[in-house]
Amino acid sequence: MKRVVITGAGTINALGKNVPETLEAMREGRCGIGALEFQDVERLSIRIGGQVKDYDPEEKFNRQQISLYDRFTQFTLLAAQEAISQSGLTFTGELAAQSGVVLGTAGGGVSTWDDNYRSVYEDGKNRVHPFVVPKLMNNAAASHVSMAYNLKGPSFTVSTACASSNHAMAQAFQMVRSGMSPVMIAGGSESMLCFGGVKAWEGLRVMSRDACRPFSANRNGMVQGEGAGVFVFEDFEHAKSRGAEILAEVVGFAMTSDAADIVMPSKQGAARAIKGALRDAKLNGSEVGYINAHGTGTAANDRTESAAVADVFGAHADKLMISSTKSMHGHLIGGTGAVELLACIMALRDGVVAPTIGYEEPDPDCALDVVPNEAREANVSVALSNAFAFGGLNAVLALRKV
Amino acid sequence: MTVKDRIVEIIAEQAVLDVSDVTMDSTLEDLGIDSLGLVESIFAIEEAFDIQVPFNANDPTESDFDISSVASIIKAVEDLVKAQS
Repeated sequence: MKRVVITGAGTINALGKNVPETLEAMREGRCGIGALEFQDVERLSIRIGGQVKDYDPEEKFNRQQISLYDRFTQFTLLAAQEAISQSGLTFTGELAAQSGVVLGTAGGGVSTWDDNYRSVYEDGKNRVHPFVVPKLMNNAAASHVSMAYNLKGPSFTVSTACASSNHAMAQAFQMVRSGMSPVMIAGGSESMLCFGGVKAWEGLRVMSRDACRPFSANRNGMVQGEGAGVFVFEDFEHAKSRGAEILAEVVGFAMTSDAADIVMPSKQGAARAIKGALRDAKLNGSEVGYINAHGTGTAANDRTESAAVADVFGAHADKLMISSTKSMHGHLIGGTGAVELLACIMALRDGVVAPTIGYEEPDPDCALDVVPNEAREANVSVALSNAFAFGGLNAVLALRKV
Repeated sequence: MTVKDRIVEIIAEQAVLDVSDVTMDSTLEDLGIDSLGLVESIFAIEEAFDIQVPFNANDPTESDFDISSVASIIKAVEDLVKAQS
């Protein structure tokens, strides 16, 4: 078994256009959630989100690229560029042949579906642009990353709703750990902030109209975000031999299925995933200093997640810190675990734990140290990242300071 | 603008060339337009003239729409526009 380290990180999300901007916002507890801006927003009852603002695709891509890149692909390519450039890797020969990219997304090119449905249904047009299919397909982002960086090994897309990125990173981790690939690019992206995307979520009645307040007694739902997070997972020996800078080590993961309900979370399913990740990483629960919570800000998730953490960690549950950065960047659905992994890396590497902002009132059902409203300095040597998806699919990653 | 001028403009834009570089006897291949560029050009032609171009990318030579040169494309579009009116 190989040790697996992270040697590059990249992102774009409502908090920043790259990793340094995003981490600064997390340190300062800044909120990236605001009024949504897109066509027909006035017909929505939910009008807030963690939208990437001041973003002009034409500054980043040429006309031909834009005709093929949905917004979720654009975000992925920008994050991949930051991550791979930080790693210093170029993919040629045998390295290229064995390296690949595994990304998560729940919806893929949602705004491409939306724009073209609008065009044929509402505007009555009878033809659409020939690239609609290659633009909207869920694997478009992974494929474009493979083409841009000459990654010729295993590449695919994982779609497990809100756990997509964690499942994707878990796959990449396994591939590097098993020796199958020396380097894997992993993460995920999502961009559902368009009329049809938000309208669909409205239907479930789990969205907040004012703020995402995870673990707070007065929380009233989730707020959607958008963006991407991409990482370079590399065999430790490979990274060491080329003198690469190591951001953190990925030490374990677990995935479980509730096999119970299509939307309601299960304490047992979540607890089994957390416990499984500790077992896989050969960790004692007491070593865990920080958990990046799934923490959606819904009544059900936060209560269930808190109970699962209390069950797994026992007395240590009161000593560890657990925060939900969704309060700042919103819920990036299939991309969320990737952006949230940045908070784990910041805790391990910089000794700064990102806060749960918007926290106003303690909830006895979520009686954990949720790092309310202000970031905290702490020496964290092990961090977990939780993701518990609709459909009862759970994936937890364990990281260690290097 | 004539059908010819409009088509030359569409093809030039697709090929990222000046309209003066698009000659009547050029093939799309000469101009560096690949299969995706071809379907995009046909889409642009359909939009510009509000016509349906009978073209199947599975077997371009079997289509009624002759794409062997710029001149043949212009001729085919002129016929379609005429048939429409």
